[in-house]
Amino acid sequence: MFVYSDNAATTKMSKTAMDTMFSMLEEVYGNPSSLHTAGQTARERLEEARKTVADCLNADEREIYFTSGGSEADNQAIISAAKAGERKGKKHIISTKIEHHAVLHTLERLEKQGFEVTLLDVGRDGIVKVPDLEAAIRPDTALVTVMFANNEIGTIQPVAEIGNICRSKGIIFHTDAVQAAGHLHIDVKAMNIDMLSLSAHKFHGPKGVGALYARKGTALTSIIDGGAQERGKRAGTENVPAIVSMAAAFKEACGNIDKNAGYVIAMRDRLIAGLEKIPHSVVNGDRENRLPNNVNMCFEGIEGESLLLMLDAKGIEASSGSACTSGSLDPSHVLLALGLPHEVAHGSLRLSLSEYNTPEEMDYIIEEIPGIIEYLRNMSPVWEELESGRREHFID
Amino acid sequence: MLYSEKVMDHFQNPRNVGKMEDADGVGEVGNAKCGDIMKMYIKVDDEGVISDVKFNTFGCGSAIATSSIATEMIMGKRIEEALTLSNKAVVEALDGLPANKLHCSVLAEEAVKAAVKDYYDKRGIAYDEKLFAPGGGSCCETPLDDCELRPEDIHIKPARQ
Repeated sequence: MFVYSDNAATTKMSKTAMDTMFSMLEEVYGNPSSLHTAGQTARERLEEARKTVADCLNADEREIYFTSGGSEADNQAIISAAKAGERKGKKHIISTKIEHHAVLHTLERLEKQGFEVTLLDVGRDGIVKVPDLEAAIRPDTALVTVMFANNEIGTIQPVAEIGNICRSKGIIFHTDAVQAAGHLHIDVKAMNIDMLSLSAHKFHGPKGVGALYARKGTALTSIIDGGAQERGKRAGTENVPAIVSMAAAFKEACGNIDKNAGYVIAMRDRLIAGLEKIPHSVVNGDRENRLPNNVNMCFEGIEGESLLLMLDAKGIEASSGSACTSGSLDPSHVLLALGLPHEVAHGSLRLSLSEYNTPEEMDYIIEEIPGIIEYLRNMSPVWEELESGRREHFID
Repeated sequence: MLYSEKVMDHFQNPRNVGKMEDADGVGEVGNAKCGDIMKMYIKVDDEGVISDVKFNTFGCGSAIATSSIATEMIMGKRIEEALTLSNKAVVEALDGLPANKLHCSVLAEEAVKAAVKDYYDKRGIAYDEKLFAPGGGSCCETPLDDCELRPEDIHIKPARQ
């Protein structure tokens, strides 16, 4: 059996997205900046796509800027808010320890430029505490950036509450909604979101395209200079086929959120129930406030990369927060922020599902994993220490 | 593919996995915090020849593969010969390792040395301390600068698709 269960990394394109992309590539090849008919046809399709994306977020089409993806949107949102703050003498930014690197590394760069950054802790449940955020706000706070849902552990953050607080204090609120868009209901007006980033390939759209929502009146700084595309805020000929395909995928995903969530949550919970039976294993992140498709667990005494390789040999594709899969010496910053010790965080496994998975696939995963864990534990000196009592179990 | 065919073979079919109750020398290197620990057991006969080797490893695919091939490389060798096993030889025997996995080969070399040192200590055999340079062998404490090999020296034979 072959099971693709790494949908938080990327998804396969839906038939709708694929068909749209093919027909665009074939028929609508004009440059939207051209005056002739081919160009103007492309322009029309581009603006239709903008309206579609805006509608899915309850935004206005003039508030949508197309980008190369989630990372670019995050960079532009944060840099824009920082520059706007700087002009008013505000150089403090609040974020969390569990953000994606597109946010964290942008903040690090701003710190070197004299900005002060407060990174909020999360609880064991992987959720930011709103009172902590309120306490961190200062008169010179220019921006609050908190992700909608976490990419590793799937926890959903209290975005509407945070939006409410920020709006009442006149602070710009940005949310990285890369994992949430197309999977959770998003209403930028009701949630008081000023800026939001999304990426097409996380909801069965193409790679290399995304969008930034910036509420009317929010100053945007261009980070790619050149032509006057995207109302002068993002230079470069628009990737029209990918943008139109993204809009089609987004519309499809947003129209099926409840249906897909019901189906995917049932598989997620089946998987968790099956894998939880493995001794000394733990589910990372809150069980209720989590993305419908996310399963993230740690198994004591084993290392994630070897688990992934063994799963791959069985046709199961997943990911891990182990250091060995990240290219750094430390395991996932998200798992460490939950308070897990390094050696436990090394033994993490993320399975992220989609509506293309089946309950039979879940049963196959549940059947295969315990044997692999047992095999790896049997050759693990760490497990030997845990079992002999020379090392204390962290997970009961 | 991230790893060579040789690495995948030793990962999927590791040689000499297990523990040894009556080992003559046991060496453990690495650090669970960093994500890899290797434990090497050796049995040494009266002639000073390694007659059996076993290993247990907590770590990534290359940690398991380097342990496995290291046991093969010292099996049946004289103790003095086992001490000459270098991380470079381990990497070459595996047809290369990705640059960020080189520390695993250092760990394998150090696991063998730690087992031999333990054997010397247990038997009361005198040795030159310099043979066993301190290091601890953990990936945190084993920067690439300590490797004999530079990433650019390594040619990885890709596995057949």
